[in-house]
Amino acid sequence: MNGIHDVGGMDGFGAVVVEPNEPVFHHAWEGRVFALASLALGRGLATADAFRHAIERLPPTAYLGSSYYARWLAAVERLVVEGGVATPAEVRAGRAATTAPVALPGGAIAALRHVDRPPRFAVGERVRARNVHPVGHTRLPRYARGRRGTIALVHPAWVFPDTNAHGLGENPEHVYAVCFTARELWGDEADGHATVHVDLFESYLEHG
Amino acid sequence: MADHAHDDDTPEALRTEALETLLREKGVVDAATIDAVIRVYEEDVGPLNGAKVVARAWIDPAYRARLLADGTRAIAELGFAGPQGEHMVVVENTPTVHNVVVCTLCSCYPWPVLGLPPSWYKDPAYRSRVVRAPRALLAEMGLALDETVDIRVWDSSAEVRYLVLPERPTGTEHLGEGELAALVTRDTMIGVAKVKASS
Repeated sequence: MNGIHDVGGMDGFGAVVVEPNEPVFHHAWEGRVFALASLALGRGLATADAFRHAIERLPPTAYLGSSYYARWLAAVERLVVEGGVATPAEVRAGRAATTAPVALPGGAIAALRHVDRPPRFAVGERVRARNVHPVGHTRLPRYARGRRGTIALVHPAWVFPDTNAHGLGENPEHVYAVCFTARELWGDEADGHATVHVDLFESYLEHG
Repeated sequence: MADHAHDDDTPEALRTEALETLLREKGVVDAATIDAVIRVYEEDVGPLNGAKVVARAWIDPAYRARLLADGTRAIAELGFAGPQGEHMVVVENTPTVHNVVVCTLCSCYPWPVLGLPPSWYKDPAYRSRVVRAPRALLAEMGLALDETVDIRVWDSSAEVRYLVLPERPTGTEHLGEGELAALVTRDTMIGVAKVKASS
């Protein structure tokens, strides 16, 4: 989706603020949200792709107005309801209405897969990222769409986020680090000695 | 720890407590495991792991070659593996090539070697600009690179996790592996800083 999370190339967010000696978690609840999300996903509440998509589906104002772990909290609350683990009323109350434990499918978060077919593209090959705008989850950033680049690395295969996030199957594909020049992405004014390598799934790419 | 949030009544703390209570009653999580996960990321997993990898690569050319050829396997030699480290790729900085890592879409980061990412790495300010104007952004963050240095930005938009192997500073020839590791900071392994000869 063309969501607020896809910020590559945007202006207006101001300076990068580095906090010296930053703690891992700023508040106790942040650590508990991190652990809750990790453990619930490990139990099969949702795939990592569905979890990311839940964050992306926050309204843009909520996304930008929330701290990082507040986004995680909102995403888990949403997935608990969408996954049928609890009702909205139970989430609001923080109490289970029934004592029956829920059954979750279990499973691992790991998404690396073996595929028999060889990679479609080779190192050094020229490719073009497709100019597509799927309304669901995708890991093809907007700034790379329609742009031409060169295959820099051929990675292994992973489950395909665009379908896996929606329960439409794993459909694993090879992934490639595609090297785009800054000028291809941002125009002739851009840095002539800079490149951006974007990790793209095979079906995001065409020969070009 | 049922009373963990009683000193914090912000909406997020209260919602977290409600969600945790609900998921415990549903049998999805238990408090002891939650405590254990937090402890791992607060105490065990962090950039000290990555610093050990870097120091080993600096003193052992064969290890460096293995690290650049198969990051995941070479990192596992030192005992580091786990979530967000299924497939790690190490990219090497040189006097003419500077690598820097980002995740423009969320916050992907190599947890087994760097721990959980700092806030600035997750903020839109960094994610939006490092792909667009990396040289200017790095300069603002204190790293001035000559305009002839090739900057390679790595957007971890899939499941590969990148670690930067920074340059070993001159004047460190006499230092041992442990002393070298102590010089290597988190930011040098993301690629927004260079390692300095004295920490």
